[in-house]
Amino acid sequence: MTDALTDALQPYGDLDFESWVCPAPLRETPSVVMGHGGGGVMSGELVEHLFLPAFGAAAAAELGDSAVLRLGGLRLAFSTDSFVVKPMVFPGGSIGDLAVNGTVNDLAMSGAVPMFLSTAFILQEGTDLGELARIAQDMGAAAAAAGVQLVTGDTKVVDTASGDGVYINTSGIGLIPDGVDINPRRARPGDAVLISGDIGVHGVAVMSCREGLEFGTAVASDTAALHGLVADMIATGADLHVLRDPTRGGVAASLNEIARAAGVGIDLVERQLPIPASVQDACSLLGLDPLQVANEGKLIAFVPPESADQVLATLQAHPLGQGARRIGTCVEEHPGMVVARTALGGTRVVGMPIGEQLPRIC
Amino acid sequence: MKYLDEFSDPDLAQRLLDQIHAATSRRWAMMEVCGGQTHSIIRHGIDQLLPDAVEMIHGPGCPVCVTPLEIIDRALAIAARPEVIFCSFGDMLRVPGSSQDLFAVKSAGGDVRVVYSPLDALKLARQNPDREVVFFGIGFETTAPANAMAVHQAKQLGVSNFSLLVSHVLVPPAMAAIMESPTCRVQAFLAAGHVCSVMGTAEYPPLAAKYRVPIVVTGFEPLDILEGIRRTVIQLEAGRHEMENAYPRAVRAEGNPAAMEMLRDVFEVTDRTWRGIGMIPQSGWRLAPKYRAFDAEQRFDVAGIRTAESALCRSGEVLQGLIKPHECAAFGKQCTPRNPLGATMVSSEGACAAYHTYRRLELVDAT
Amino acid sequence: MCLAVPGRVLSTAEVDGTLMGDVDFGGVRKEVCFQYIPDVGIGEYVIVHVGFAIQRLDEHSARETLANFERLGILEQEFGSIPEGVNP
Repeated sequence: MTDALTDALQPYGDLDFESWVCPAPLRETPSVVMGHGGGGVMSGELVEHLFLPAFGAAAAAELGDSAVLRLGGLRLAFSTDSFVVKPMVFPGGSIGDLAVNGTVNDLAMSGAVPMFLSTAFILQEGTDLGELARIAQDMGAAAAAAGVQLVTGDTKVVDTASGDGVYINTSGIGLIPDGVDINPRRARPGDAVLISGDIGVHGVAVMSCREGLEFGTAVASDTAALHGLVADMIATGADLHVLRDPTRGGVAASLNEIARAAGVGIDLVERQLPIPASVQDACSLLGLDPLQVANEGKLIAFVPPESADQVLATLQAHPLGQGARRIGTCVEEHPGMVVARTALGGTRVVGMPIGEQLPRIC
Repeated sequence: MKYLDEFSDPDLAQRLLDQIHAATSRRWAMMEVCGGQTHSIIRHGIDQLLPDAVEMIHGPGCPVCVTPLEIIDRALAIAARPEVIFCSFGDMLRVPGSSQDLFAVKSAGGDVRVVYSPLDALKLARQNPDREVVFFGIGFETTAPANAMAVHQAKQLGVSNFSLLVSHVLVPPAMAAIMESPTCRVQAFLAAGHVCSVMGTAEYPPLAAKYRVPIVVTGFEPLDILEGIRRTVIQLEAGRHEMENAYPRAVRAEGNPAAMEMLRDVFEVTDRTWRGIGMIPQSGWRLAPKYRAFDAEQRFDVAGIRTAESALCRSGEVLQGLIKPHECAAFGKQCTPRNPLGATMVSSEGACAAYHTYRRLELVDAT
Repeated sequence: MCLAVPGRVLSTAEVDGTLMGDVDFGGVRKEVCFQYIPDVGIGEYVIVHVGFAIQRLDEHSARETLANFERLGILEQEFGSIPEGVNP
């Protein structure tokens, strides 16, 4: 373990850390930094080197969007997610929409039919009740639209100094149909990599109203529940290998995680990426890579090559998949790495985002 | 975006590449000065598509990379003070000082905020009269007018709780210093287009004549970079060494007179240490005496800081174009964008970060 | 360094003695300071860096540069090679 981690754990002297396996050192900082929440390398390290060693083997087994569990004769998907977005209301939706759709989608990415959600709130003292009511309405409406029930919940309040608005956690349970086995480790060389629509929309919508960065744009968040789209894909009978909704860290983070989990390489074709001009312009202005910008109502699918056309057509026939495209292929070369062919014909590696995406001047 | 997207057209890029290939008959080494140009070259794969005989040496034009360690450490000390709201461009947040970066200071409770424009920092100062707002004023000549305006306005409007931590660096003295180095291999320069948008092109003909190097003012989009390289190769092949403007839509010979007048008012030239390179005389700007009251280094007593660079870091040699990033023993091992030892691995414009982010494929294959 | 992008001027106004305004970047709108191009006109294109217009964009020059690129291969076809000293 690093000195920083050893120092940080001093007060917990009677716990036994010897069994913790730490293959690579944590960064030399004794405390959490914003980058740990970015969905990139730092988040991954926190999970791998601090949480997993403490939680044991079961937690490490499944690092997909949701856990697949057997209970009686049933296969359940179980997922949890927390939502801390600022601002809480943005073009196209609110934290309430994200809180429901986010967990519904995590379940759907295992092929599950989402059924029940819990929700827990941590509220900062002083939060405007009107705003909270709006968020609750949004959650109710999103749940109804998705056909899921909010069945249990909790509320806590923290004093003004400790909090920053509204934090929402949702956890969800879904039923996985027989014969469906969707898992990041199933990606295989030759698989077609599909995306269901435009990239970078949600992140740009939220950034456009973030303090210090405000800009005017017509871009509205693409938050949506995707389980209907997934059900259509499953109904084709195709053997779907991987599904992933590229939220924090964007398409880049998701593809890198899958490449690493499955031990495959991924080749992307830049010209095929569906990046709308409005997203590209905002990213050009701030110096951001659209592939690292968060998406909400989109999914990435890895399917065997013989099924690619059929699944793509199915996506395009659904209202949430009309902009679907094939963006790349899984390959044997460069396992764990995502490489894009640039529009000019060169190549560049699409890396894992490190921490938070920041606008730049250079 | 109009007047931007057209300059990425792949078919026109291929024509420019064909011209470059046809014109190149021997080995040439040219330096693109600006980190934004380095980023564009690596990001689009231009370096892979040029003739093998044309070598791009990556220059020190990354203000994030060359901000002196002492100033980073001072920034960290100021940002940690409870009364301070420390504002910065996003690029600076992960630059390592002697022992930490601004993110770590934020994590420990410092009020560190990313802004898009220095005027946002001034706005924060007016909105928070009981706090001290400090803006980290780094950059080349391109950014200096914006920083100058913020401090000029602060003075006009009497915003006394605003100050600037200044670390501006100038491009032409750096180019001269590179040419003076005994190990210099640079035969031509692609000059930094947006620096010239502000400063014009007058500083370059004397440099071109003195060091007998072509200097081609170049933009940032793929077609602009290829055109800059094309014109440079033509000059080199013909034995010419002149200043040429290959970015006329954004660069005029006279620059921006209004901006230059403000720069003369707000800043004065000073010696400046470039991180990784060393002291280059008369290569920086600091606040002129009548604006000293807004100088954060004067306002905050941050003496007694001991600075220490990583012993492994060879940023300086990378910045001078003496080695390529992957020739440094720490590259990709102790030093990664995740855990940078030096500034060239932090900024996306830094050559080391660009290589690590975009070029790992070739470097992995080569080992 | 120097991430600067071209945009079209939508409006201008004096704010606290400084010339400010809105610029449209292909659909993205941002407030920009025009103090360094004080005679800027609505509909003109400017280059913007960290919230400041630092130079006008010369539209004629932009179009001419692109046209030159288009002509590149053609000149060679006509002449066999580009005569030395000619910048097409």
